[in-house]
Amino acid sequence: MNQDFDIIHDWITPSTRVLDLGCGDGALLLSLQQKHNILGYGLEVDPQAINQCIARGVNVIEQDLNKGLTNFADGSFDTVVMTQALQAMRLPHLVLDEMLRIGRECIITFPNFGYWRTRAYLNFRGRMPVTKQLAYQWYDTPNIHFFTYADFETLCVERNINILHRQCIAEHFPDTKLKSLWPNLFTQTAVYHLSR
Amino acid sequence: MLSDSPTDQSIGIVTSQTVNIKQPLKLACGLVLETHNLVYETYGELNSLKSNGILLCHALSGDHHAAGFYAGDSKPGWWDHYVGPGKPIDTDKFFVVSLNNIGSCFGSTGPTSINPDTGKLWGADFPSLRARDWVESQKMLMEHLGIDCWAAVIGGSLGGMQAMRWSLEHPDKLLNAVVIASSMKLTAQNIAFNEIARRAIKSDPDFCDGHYLEQNKAPLRGLALARMIGHVTYLSDELMGQKFGRQLRIGDLIDKSNDPIEFQIESYLNYQGDKFSDSFDANSYILITKMLDYFDLSREYNNDPVAAFAHAQCDFLVMAFSSDWRFAPQRSREITDALMSAGKSVSYIEIESDKGHDAFLLPNDRYEQALGSYLSRVADGLNAPLGDGQ
Repeated sequence: MNQDFDIIHDWITPSTRVLDLGCGDGALLLSLQQKHNILGYGLEVDPQAINQCIARGVNVIEQDLNKGLTNFADGSFDTVVMTQALQAMRLPHLVLDEMLRIGRECIITFPNFGYWRTRAYLNFRGRMPVTKQLAYQWYDTPNIHFFTYADFETLCVERNINILHRQCIAEHFPDTKLKSLWPNLFTQTAVYHLSR
Repeated sequence: MLSDSPTDQSIGIVTSQTVNIKQPLKLACGLVLETHNLVYETYGELNSLKSNGILLCHALSGDHHAAGFYAGDSKPGWWDHYVGPGKPIDTDKFFVVSLNNIGSCFGSTGPTSINPDTGKLWGADFPSLRARDWVESQKMLMEHLGIDCWAAVIGGSLGGMQAMRWSLEHPDKLLNAVVIASSMKLTAQNIAFNEIARRAIKSDPDFCDGHYLEQNKAPLRGLALARMIGHVTYLSDELMGQKFGRQLRIGDLIDKSNDPIEFQIESYLNYQGDKFSDSFDANSYILITKMLDYFDLSREYNNDPVAAFAHAQCDFLVMAFSSDWRFAPQRSREITDALMSAGKSVSYIEIESDKGHDAFLLPNDRYEQALGSYLSRVADGLNAPLGDGQ
């Protein structure tokens, strides 16, 4: 399922500068390079992922996001992207501020902890959800901040963040039909396009 | 220094060649070398497009013997672990050129050569050099070999400075620059260590104002001391602790005796110093440490590294080692940040190592993997005509 990639593609202007925070194996940047001819850089700390980026010709910079992004100047990128990593940041709201300082626009994707299956897991099993998207036990998970679609909406209001676009992704029927009615309940992955 | 595992492939027996470059080389200091000799080695085959050339740039004390073995010699070249068939700098794919640069002392024109104007040894009168002089001389060797564009220019430390200088001086003559454990300019602390080394050499009574060779002398003690200082700065505190700790080589600190005592580290450093002073020339050491001190990538670009790198056209791979305090990772970060601001393609890796600055010469899995992955992509792009690059 690369629905989030397709959505991101639509929001990126060709031939612009893109910074991908926590770029993993560089798959997103590679597809943006190939389809949109962007100048992309990814930040990553995992040695295996870094090597995959190098092997496929994606610019990758070894840098720990939790140690700050002060080396990047204000407005030095057209778009700053972070896919499925905000929940793993030590201080997500400050990372968001930094992203909006460095980029004219930002794109964020995150797993919605308000998704009904996740709620059901906690409700009925009484244990922290282990799902395909959040495939860790509570003690070894890198995901240290669980938040919902609704939480993120509130954060954007509180911090005066402008939501340019939002898209909800759900994999299965009937979630796919219901997500527009009750996004907080039926969205698995939320994708946001933001600016200041 | 390198210990190769038995599975390693070696390029095997190699021989060096010498070329007399007849084209005048105008140096940055204004003086001209009408002709100069370069000693070099090549590994692998140049392809029909002449597009697979890789230039290796050596550092302060390096030479042209980067890989393989000389007949009858059991010690491989200084970068044998990384250069050879199937190795990160793969000689099955690339034509690798490694030279001894001018001003050094392994056969290329330098302080131990004859000054044609006087008929005497150059000695301390050899003109002062800048990294760009090495680049210009390397370009003449490139033309001699019939190569129009390097697939990559690679170097560690001072070698990385040459790779960066190549990207600014001849942007259309290289597709990739690999800059390892390097810096855009030395820090005051770095210059300080170099000056201590030079003072050690000049303080040796056998230095004779740099004209020791004419008097059949050599400032061996001064040069050994200079190298001992350098050597300490190339290692990390952690590694020295692990390798030597407080182990004694001679004597015993527990017994009440007046017998001599020697720590392992003392013996090791003295050995390294003496070995070096037997093989290196003191004037070359002074000359090349000054070259390091003078290097400042962006001096002529209004001291703006972003403006400097705006001239580059190649892609970059920048690497640093965590415990390197002589060319700290922060220096490589500065290179990387400037390259990103200038909109150049760059990847940066900070490799965990306890081996200090010397790490760039030593086996390290992650380093090998990164360099290998990067260059194998470069190799994949070689069959395209020059210019479309990878």
